[in-house]
Amino acid sequence: MKTENKKYAMVIDTKLCVGCGACVAACKTENNVPDGRSRVWVAEEVSGTFPDISMEIRSERCNHCSSAPCVDSCPTGASHYKKGTVNLVMVNENRCTGCKACMAACPYDARFTVPEGYVSKCTFCSHRIEKGDSPACMAVCPAKAIHFGDINNRESDVSRLLRSRKSKTLLPENGTEPNVYYLV
Amino acid sequence: MNEITYTTQKMAGSYAEGWHIWGWEVPIYLFLGGITAGIIIIAALMMLKKRGKDFPVSTNRVILWAPVFLSLGMGALFLDLTNKLNVLSFYMTFEMTSVMSWGSWILLIIYPVSILMILSTFREGYSELYVKISKKLETIMDGKVLKLLEYMISFSEKNRDVIAKTAIPSGIALGIYTGILLSAFNARPLWNSAILGPLFLVSGISTGAAFIILLSEKDERHFISGIDVKLIMTELFILVLYFIGQITGGASKSEAINIFLGGDLFTPVFWIFFVFAGLILPLFLDWQESRGIEIHPKLQPLLVLFGGVMLRIILVKAAFILRDTSIHKMLY
Repeated sequence: MKTENKKYAMVIDTKLCVGCGACVAACKTENNVPDGRSRVWVAEEVSGTFPDISMEIRSERCNHCSSAPCVDSCPTGASHYKKGTVNLVMVNENRCTGCKACMAACPYDARFTVPEGYVSKCTFCSHRIEKGDSPACMAVCPAKAIHFGDINNRESDVSRLLRSRKSKTLLPENGTEPNVYYLV
Repeated sequence: MNEITYTTQKMAGSYAEGWHIWGWEVPIYLFLGGITAGIIIIAALMMLKKRGKDFPVSTNRVILWAPVFLSLGMGALFLDLTNKLNVLSFYMTFEMTSVMSWGSWILLIIYPVSILMILSTFREGYSELYVKISKKLETIMDGKVLKLLEYMISFSEKNRDVIAKTAIPSGIALGIYTGILLSAFNARPLWNSAILGPLFLVSGISTGAAFIILLSEKDERHFISGIDVKLIMTELFILVLYFIGQITGGASKSEAINIFLGGDLFTPVFWIFFVFAGLILPLFLDWQESRGIEIHPKLQPLLVLFGGVMLRIILVKAAFILRDTSIHKMLY
């Protein structure tokens, strides 16, 4: 069988998420994210006027796009797809000049500069998934709303969820082919 | 009604530490890159037409400023980098899809091109200075340095046409690149229009012409003023095309362009400081001058240069104001 590159995706169940923010805190701790910055954030979207309203809560982060504008716009190759994956977008801090072209290119505003100067963002906890662990945000989620896996593998948890439930991505019109899915 | 609230810390605003993208450095760099392109293109055309006798500034003298402006621009760009130690990684690679990578290599081509242009015109343009320099050099290393310089100058003079013909496409590439740098981001719908390339090119040539007007006198001033008027009119025309493209370019673009057309806080800033002061007023002053009314000769070119700076500052700033307001809309 042909070995295919992994296409990592996160599938987040908006029907289960309560917006507690544990994912945000876990990420900050796990990745030592400096003050004022954040790799994960929670959006609460309210539609309608009282009393006819509905609310959707989303834990948002870098979408690890398959066609990532940050990777395309990086002049030094610092932003790249991790080897062996289709879409795991990483930043090589030894090449990053802090020109911020990637930040201008990201429609999700998922990137920021750290005090040391280079650009940083969510890595799907690449150091944890290498060891077979789940990303920190997923590991702590008390509602079990976050799922993570390889969607090139039809049998994975995320593939099954995407086949069985209705889902959406954020800003698909930008053509970035995002890989964070929201079950609606 | 649809309202999004970020319950957990993401951004206090896009100008908060860590989330800030580009400040004054990048627009100033785009301006200086544009004026360099303008100077190179005009000087190269004048060199090809051999107008050194009638128009000494534009043919032989102004080109000395090209590497100066370019270096200042690159200096501004350097200040913007947050990880300055890695600056050399721009030149360790060439990234096909990155406009900024194309740009860094274009900048590197501009240096030798403009130096060759300076060498090929220096003896004519700065004859007194040349005599002084050669006297100084005579004493260094038994005049070997002088010999090398003389050799390089006569080589460049002999190949003046070839140099000029190389300079024109290099200048055009630089001018267009300064616009495409912004337009290649589809995340910023205000910029996402390829017509910014020609707009910045024409604006760059126009500011280059304005700089020549500042340095020149009488006939040459009138000649270059005549060219600048045509460039400004072209710029106005391209600006209209930019608006049409944005208005008809789908929801995100037409919403974004409202910042210049919709009576927002930024609308008067754009129209007064760029369109009126930088384009309309210089045209009006030129027209008044042609009717025989005396106007201070430095006023018109200074306004054009001011307009060139404003175009870039306003366009860069406006996209980030849109980014900020989209966050604020979510917060309140």
